[in-house]
This record gives sequence, C-alpha cells and structure tokens, in this order.
Amino acid sequence: MTDLSALETNLTKAIATASDEAALEAVRVAALGKAGSISALLKTLGAMTPDERKEKGPLINGLRDRVSEALTTKRDALKSAALDQRLASERVDVTLPLPQSPAARGRIHPISQVIDELTTIFAEMGFSVVEGPDIETDFYNFTALNFPVGHPAREMHDTFFFNPNEKGERKLLRTHTSPVQIHTMMSVKPPIRVIIPGRTYRCDSDQTHTPMFHQVEGLVIDKGSHLGHLKWILAEFCKSFFEVDDVKMRFRPSFFPFTEPSVEVDIQCSRKGGEIRFGEGEDWLEILGCGMVHPNVIRNCGLDPDEYQGFAWGMGIDRIAMLKYGMPDLRPFFEADMRWLSHYGFRPLDLPTLAGSLSV
Amino acid sequence: MKFTLSWLKDHLDTSASLDQIVEALTRVGLEVESVEDPAKVLAPYITAKVISAEQHPNADRLRVCMVDTGDGKPIQVVCGAPNARAGMMSVFSPPGTFIPGKNITITVGVVRGVESAGMLCSAFELGLSEDHEGIIDLPADALIGVRYVDYAGVDDPVIDVAITPNRSDALGVYGIARDLAAAGLGSLKRHDLTAIKGKGACPVDVKLNFASDQKHFAPAFALRLVRGIKNGPSPEWMQRRLKAIGLRPINTLVDITNYITFDRGRPLHVFDAEKVKGNLVVRHAKDGDEILALDGMTYKPDPSVVVICDDNGIESIAGIMGGEHSGCDENTTDVLIESALWDPLNIARSGRALGINTDARYRFERGVDPAFCVPGLDLATKMVLDLCGGEASEALVAGEIPAPEKIITFPWSEVKRLTGLSLLVPEMKAILTELGFWVSGTYKEVKVAVPSWRPDVEDKADLVEEIMRIAGLDQVEAVPFPREVAEVPKPVLTLIQKRTRLAKRALATRGLVEAVTWSFISKAEAVIFGGGKLELALANPIAADLSDMRPSLLPGLIKAAGRNADRGFGDAALFEVGQVFAGAEPNGQTISAAAIRRGLAASKGLGRHWQGHNSIDLFEAKADALALLEALGVPTAGLQIAQGGPSWFHPGRSGTLQFSPKMVVGSFGEIHPRILEALDVKGPIVAIEITLDALPPPKARPTKMKPKLVLSDFQPVSRDFAFIVDKTVPAADILKAAQAAERTLISDITVFDLYEGTGVSVGKISVAIAVTLQPTDKTLTDVEIDAVSSRIIAEVQKKTGATLRA
Repeated sequence: MTDLSALETNLTKAIATASDEAALEAVRVAALGKAGSISALLKTLGAMTPDERKEKGPLINGLRDRVSEALTTKRDALKSAALDQRLASERVDVTLPLPQSPAARGRIHPISQVIDELTTIFAEMGFSVVEGPDIETDFYNFTALNFPVGHPAREMHDTFFFNPNEKGERKLLRTHTSPVQIHTMMSVKPPIRVIIPGRTYRCDSDQTHTPMFHQVEGLVIDKGSHLGHLKWILAEFCKSFFEVDDVKMRFRPSFFPFTEPSVEVDIQCSRKGGEIRFGEGEDWLEILGCGMVHPNVIRNCGLDPDEYQGFAWGMGIDRIAMLKYGMPDLRPFFEADMRWLSHYGFRPLDLPTLAGSLSV
Repeated sequence: MKFTLSWLKDHLDTSASLDQIVEALTRVGLEVESVEDPAKVLAPYITAKVISAEQHPNADRLRVCMVDTGDGKPIQVVCGAPNARAGMMSVFSPPGTFIPGKNITITVGVVRGVESAGMLCSAFELGLSEDHEGIIDLPADALIGVRYVDYAGVDDPVIDVAITPNRSDALGVYGIARDLAAAGLGSLKRHDLTAIKGKGACPVDVKLNFASDQKHFAPAFALRLVRGIKNGPSPEWMQRRLKAIGLRPINTLVDITNYITFDRGRPLHVFDAEKVKGNLVVRHAKDGDEILALDGMTYKPDPSVVVICDDNGIESIAGIMGGEHSGCDENTTDVLIESALWDPLNIARSGRALGINTDARYRFERGVDPAFCVPGLDLATKMVLDLCGGEASEALVAGEIPAPEKIITFPWSEVKRLTGLSLLVPEMKAILTELGFWVSGTYKEVKVAVPSWRPDVEDKADLVEEIMRIAGLDQVEAVPFPREVAEVPKPVLTLIQKRTRLAKRALATRGLVEAVTWSFISKAEAVIFGGGKLELALANPIAADLSDMRPSLLPGLIKAAGRNADRGFGDAALFEVGQVFAGAEPNGQTISAAAIRRGLAASKGLGRHWQGHNSIDLFEAKADALALLEALGVPTAGLQIAQGGPSWFHPGRSGTLQFSPKMVVGSFGEIHPRILEALDVKGPIVAIEITLDALPPPKARPTKMKPKLVLSDFQPVSRDFAFIVDKTVPAADILKAAQAAERTLISDITVFDLYEGTGVSVGKISVAIAVTLQPTDKTLTDVEIDAVSSRIIAEVQKKTGATLRA
C-alpha cells in the first residue's frame, strides 16, 4: 500500500503547488485522465478477485475521491484568486465627475410654474381655464369693459396700437386679460367660473414695469355670487398659493371702469432683510384688484344685470411670482439670462399638486 | 391729494385721532399713501439762544458757541454756519436727535479738538426747506427752550391720499371731510356761503363763442371784478398750508385760487384787470394762436383747445393754465376772478396735447361740481375782499350752469344681492343722506337723487358701492364658495392647454432651460423669420427693436443665446413655448414650442468633458423634436421627416416634420449661417420649432383600456444587410422599402452603420441595416428567412437603386 500513499502524497503536493488552472489541469489529467495514474489503478480492479477487490476497491476509490475533491477545492481557489486579481486591475477612479443629468439642468420659468400653481388651485375650486388673443379690438379691450370715451388708457402713450387696416379698424395689444371676460360672457351661458391667464402689454418701461407682463383674471357669473364669496375665494387662494396657514387681507374700496363696487386687496406681511413673509408683520402689500362685474359690462355681453351678477379679479402673475419666490426685479424675467433662469427656475418634475404640495 | 390735519378740521368737527382718521380714509376708499407728522420727527428740536460765538482755535471756518436752551446750563457747540453770532435765536438739537435733512443721528463729539454736544440747525437739516445757507435765524423775541414745532407751528400732519379717477368730489378737503363725516368720524361743518351782491355790473363782458351743438365745451363762465385791492404776500396760515402740501406761495390773489382749488376742488383763475383789453371771448384756438403761459413756456394750442381771449389775443388756456401777460402780481390793483365750467374730455385731451399738468386740469378733466361754480366765485371774492380789500362788482355768468337731475330707482335689496351685506334700511339711508344723496321713500324701493358733485354715480351698483364703502368692506363676511356640483373635480384643461404645459416639462427634462422672451421683435428679424406683415407692426413701439409681433420664437431665443454668449456663457440650451403671430385676427395666433442649442450644450451634458465633448449637431435638435412629440402623445406612426426646412435653416442640415406635405407641424436643423450673421450671433446653433396647434389630437378611444399585449412564443431572428446607394438617397427610403417587402414578419429595422471610403465608390454610401423578424405562429426555417431576405434586397434595390455590399 506504500504505492498508494506515496501516490497520494505526490498528487496532493502537485495540486498544492499548481500555480494556475492550466498546471492544475495537467495534474488532473496525470491522475484522473484516461492514462492517469489513478485511472490506471482503477482499471486494475477489474482483473482482481472479489476478495482482492473488496480490499483494494475502497482504497483506490477513496484515493480518487480525495484527489478529485482536492482538485475542485484548488480550482475554486485559483479561480477566485484570478478573479480577485482581475478585479484589482479593473479599478476605476469613481471620483471622476459626471455631467448633471438633463432633468437636473432643465428649468421651468417661474411664470410657467406659477401659472401651473394657479391652475391647480382654481381647478380644485371648479374653475376652468380660458384664454384669448393678444391682439384685440378696441371693443373687447375698452368699450365693452365700460371704459369711457377719452379714457387715458385708450391713448397711444399707454396702449400699443397697430396701424389701421383697410377697414380703418385700429387693433391693439390687450392691456389686460379682461377682454377674455367679454369673449367668455358672449359665448358661454352662465354659470361661468373661469380663470384667464395670459400675456398683456402696456407702453411702460422702467425699473418696475415692462412693456409685456402677465396677468391672471378670474370671472364668476351666475345668479347669486357676491362680494362675500369673492372674499372667501381670494383668502383661500392666497393661503393656498403662498402656502401659509393664515393670511390677513385688507379690502379697500377702489375704482375700475369694469367693476362696481370695486375693491383693491392688500395682504399683510413682514419685510425683514429683503424677505417677505405673509401671515405676519405690519406692512400691507397691494396684491390685486377686483369687484362685482359692472352692470354695463354684463349688459354689453347681452345679459341682464338684474338677472345675472358676478365678480372678477385680476392680478399680476409676475408680481405674485416675485412675492412668493423673492425675485427682486421684474426685468430679468424676460431677459433669458441662463444664470437667472437656472437660479429662479424650477426643475422639470417640480409639478405643483394639491395632493402633494404646490412647490417643493 | 395732500392736505393737513388742521385744514381737514376746518370742515370736519371731530375728536378722532390722526391714526383713526388715517385708518378711516383708507377704509372708505381714499387710500392714504403717506402721513408726514413733523411733530414726531421734530419734537426734540428746541429754540435756543447763542450766548457767545468764538473763533474755533483749530479751524478757520468753525466757531465755538455757547448755547442757552433755557435750563440755565449753557451747552458748548461747534458750529460751521457763517451766520452764527452771539445773541442770535436759533434752533438746537441735543445729542441723540435724528437729523432728517442729513439722515444722521447727532452725538456728542469732538470737532477738531473741541467738544460739541449738539447742533444748531438750518431749515434744510430739519427737512423744512432747501435753505442750508446758515442756521435758522429766529426773531430776537422768540422764547427760549420751547419745542420748535410749537413755536413755528409746523406741527400740522400732512396726509397724502390717492384719489381714484371717479372721485372728483374728493379732490377738495371739503369733499374728504364729507366722506369722513358719513363714516362716523365727526360732523361736517356747514359753511355760510352767502352770495356776494357786489356793486355795479362787471365791466368786462364775456362771450362764449360756440355753435349751438358745441356749447358743452364751455357751458358756463362766471366772472367778477374786484377793484382797489392790495396784492401782497398771503397770510402766514395760508402760506403754511400751501407749503405743507408742496405749493409755492406767490401772492395773495394767486394763493387764494390755489387754496380754493384744494379746499373745495374748485379751480379758479385771476386776471389783472388792467392788463385785460376789451371784453373776454371764449373760443376754440385758431391757427397762429400762441400764448406765453404762467409756467414761462410758449404754447401753440391746436384748434380743439379752448382758450380765453381779449383784444390782445389769448390770455388763458381754458381750465389748464393762465397766461403770463394778464397774470396778477404785487402791482395788481383790480382783479378779474374767473370761475368756469369746461368739458372734461376736451380738457384731458388738450392737456395731453399741450403736455401741461396742473391742479386745475387735474380737477376739470375729472369733473368739477357745476353747482359750485358761482358759490366758488363768491368764496374767492370774499377771501379777496377779506385779505386784499377792494370793492367787488356784481357777478356775471355767461352760458348756463347745467343742473342735470339724476334719479336712480333703488331697491335696498341690491346691497345684499351684490355684497352679501345685511344692513338695516335706516343705516343705508343715513349713509346716502350724509354723502349728500337725497332719498325719497323708505320702503323696499326708493328714489335716490344724486348730488351735483358726484358725476360718477349713475347706476344702482354705484349706490351699492357708496353704502358698502361707508359701512365698511370689513363688514362683508367671507362666504364659502363651493363647487357647483358636489363631486370630485373634473379635469378642466383643454388639449392645447395640456400640451402647452406638458411641452414645457418635456423640453426641460432634456436639459433645456425655459425662457420667456418679448412677443415683439424688430422688423428685420420678423422679416427674416417669415413675418413682418404690416398688420402685425405696432404703430407706437416702445423701441425700434420691439416693433413687430413675432412670427417665430426662434429669433428671440437665438438673440438670447447671443447675449448669454457675450456674458461668457456660450453653451446655451434654451426653449420657449408661447404665442406666435401669422396675422392680426385671433386665428393668426398659435402656440409654438421652440428650442435652441448653442456651443457645447448637448442633451447629455454641457461643455467639454472627459467622456467626450458635448458637441451639438442637427440630430441633437431632431431628438428634441421627437422627444417632444412623443411626450405630447402625438401619434407618430404617420410622421414623415422631409429633407430641408424653412429658409432660416441650413438648406442641407434641416428637416421638416410633417404628416403630409400639406400638414407640416414643425422643423428642425442647424440655423443658416447667414441668418446668424444677420442676428449678430455666433453659431453654430441647432433649433427646433413645432406648432402645437397643428399637432393631431390623440386617437379617441371609448375606454382607457390599452390594446391587448400580444407576445410571441417564438424567438425573433435578426439579419443584417449593407446596401450601397447614392448619397442622395434618404435612409428613410431604404427603411421604408425594406419594411414594405414584408408587412407582417418585420418587427423592427434600424440603421446600425454608415460607411464611405475605401471599397465604396465616390458619391455612394454604404448603409447597414438590421432587420428583426418576429414569427408569431412557428419558428422560421432558414429557407423562409432567406426568402424574406431576398424580398428585402429586391425591394430596396428596386426603390432606391441600391446594390448589396459584397
């Protein structure tokens, strides 16, 4: 039996010293291959007597099994070491910077974001969104809205006009979103509940005015809505829009040609270090104008002001964007400076919702 | 409209505090813009005597003064005023006092080695005037140690209210007092305005020279002569009030007219009677008329301006400004006082045309009380007689004072209907009566007569406003406004509204930044981008480069990219979704979505990068366009991409997005270098522009169910083909031909390689496509696959002239 144990010792040594899978394979072939040393011993079993086989069989088979297992163990170890070596050589510098993802770089303009916010709030209150043309006629922009003849807003120094056409009609750029009130009342049977966001234009350009700006108008026409409802809507809107629990508002009698009674609305705020906070403080900030739709306007749309009534309000989208998000100046809104847009703009997936939140 | 508290109290008997009055003014709709209470700021200033004034040891221009403030302990003050002298009475501010004129707070200091514990002040430093020539020099008999505000009587708070254009009645202190009295802040004082009889007829006649249909230009003109007057400076109290509201006192006659303008909202004019030649004629201006007005400027009124003339020519521009020639000065002894009525519209138009803003114009164009025309003349006459002496003639009234009777039938229920306010009838009636309305009847519906000073009140709603504003808007309770139907809100946005919103988000997720640019651009830019129509050109643009409505969003974006590049930010990726204009009619306005990329502003990143520079080409733009269409849910199956685009694109590097040649929805590509040059922006720039209104709506389906998912049990197989074609053959034609060869089996075709060069002859290109075949009912045999391959090759060869690359 010395032969067997010597063979096992040699093979065990050969397996242990095999430095790679090829050397190990050579050992395997030398032992277990067709002409291998163990295979040769296994072949001798056939010629043995049963007693001899009974004695030698387990020894030879045992040797085969142990060598096979040693081979497997060594193979696994070598494989693992080779993989470790490969992985070590595959090291990359993970600190290398990547470009910002497109969705992180893209921006939504504050005006679009605020229009989405407004729409979300008012849709919840049951308002639809209607729009109208920027290029208007004198009738829709002024006459139907009860602007008297000779009103200063009808002058060239306030309003952008186009050259008269062949019919002598002089179109203009709407100075407010209110003409859409007229379009709506003339085409939709009350009850009407709409908001009207859009671009508006006036011949004005200085630190706080731009010749183009954005307004949102609200209009309710039915048979019973009054100033008390308007007060509620505006208070609820302000709380929701500015995302505060409470907001104190001041309603002041005022004047607009297209509403009677007319009201201006201030909200209470504090101003500290260039930051405006609502729901606290001592300052009043004018935020919008509103009122009951003037009976002449209702009449001009073919409705009877003794039967139908309602209210309208209008505010500057750019202005409430500035108030909420703190842009100090209006002019950069329209300058398309990438630095400003990246800073004040919103991420593409900052979608305002009432279920989640209006802003992030 | 400014006034002082004491002035208000001339007309309002009240015990209300300044704060209560200010609060009430805003509450009734006379919004307080500012309150200046000099007593607050000037309280620490006291009168003091300069006991000695010695030369400062270390400074030529400074003096060391000892000042007695009344407590017997002289204070040492270093003073730089040239008029500081021993024995003079002046005004002293102790340390800790805020100096409004200098915006500093005075402290104890050492000036050139000498201690100074306070300051002797100039009127400028107190914020009272522009006079900083020296310290205030009070009369020698002034008391020592009293508050300067009390001594000088400058403690009258000045209130500035914003008057809305409908409230001409509140352009006089009296009218403001009326509102406050109605609001419960006191009672309105009734002034005894007895008519002044005068002696003898007014020697100057007035002719209103207007045709019968033009009489509204000058309905009435009242005139009176006061003879033998002395026109010196007006009394101190009047000067103080005028100065407090920002007017410069001139002389008694002129000051009286200004005073009554603000006191009663009744503008007047005074002529020096000696300088008026002949009678007065009121008429429209004529060609060649010219007047040197009181502001020292010469005006040539156009023929619609109403003027007042004598034999010398124009003496006054009606309702706007008097003439220099017949103006009153200290030598005036006989004065003609005018109180007239003018047409508000014409005054407004004339004032604008002439460019003159005066307190008179401001009131006439809003409408003055016609009934106060003659009483106003009497009030002025009385003040002239009281302050300047003299003898008045009878008043002459040319024309007729209009007395329109406006009566509104008013159901009290209107107040609740429009405001929700529940007020008692007596309360509502009291408000109207206090405001001067005359209410007849007490039951549900009354007749309300409108006072002559309220031209703005015409309708029931106007009366509601009067009651509401005096009762207080804070009385209106907020009432919840539920949705019309109690249910989960339905979506409200229209397709174009949804697409506009979504387009912005979709483009932003591609790394593009949303810009909002002007709706108007320059004429040249408009023309370049297919616009520039006359009907879209503004008659009065605010600037030459903002003159025409934009036909495209691209010029605005390209210029913006240029400006960003000029600031050092050349890698610009910008988009806008907004209105563009093809015509002035409403249907000429559509919503467009456009995007541009400049420099190294690819969707995957900005600038140079170790992974490879983010350079852009037209395919970057094409990807933007397709991503947008996909995000919007536009069915793209029928979308064709045609070579070439509008003229502002590179002719060889642009494409048109269309569903048919007649149904173009947009374009993409590289902007034409010539266009960039014209816009003065360095390129290259790639761009897309898609008309959202032109996009087909999604297919209408009866339910929200998605089509059934059909999966095949059989493996797909892929075959590659390389075709050599003329370079002019669009790849799309090869794909289309291949697809046409086998309608059912082909599930996908891609172009995976392009090759030009060795092995491919000049003018040709090798286009390699991979075709995926997806069997549905059995595994394909090699024979079947070869048959499909042959058909594909044959079809591509037939349609494009291609040969299979060997």
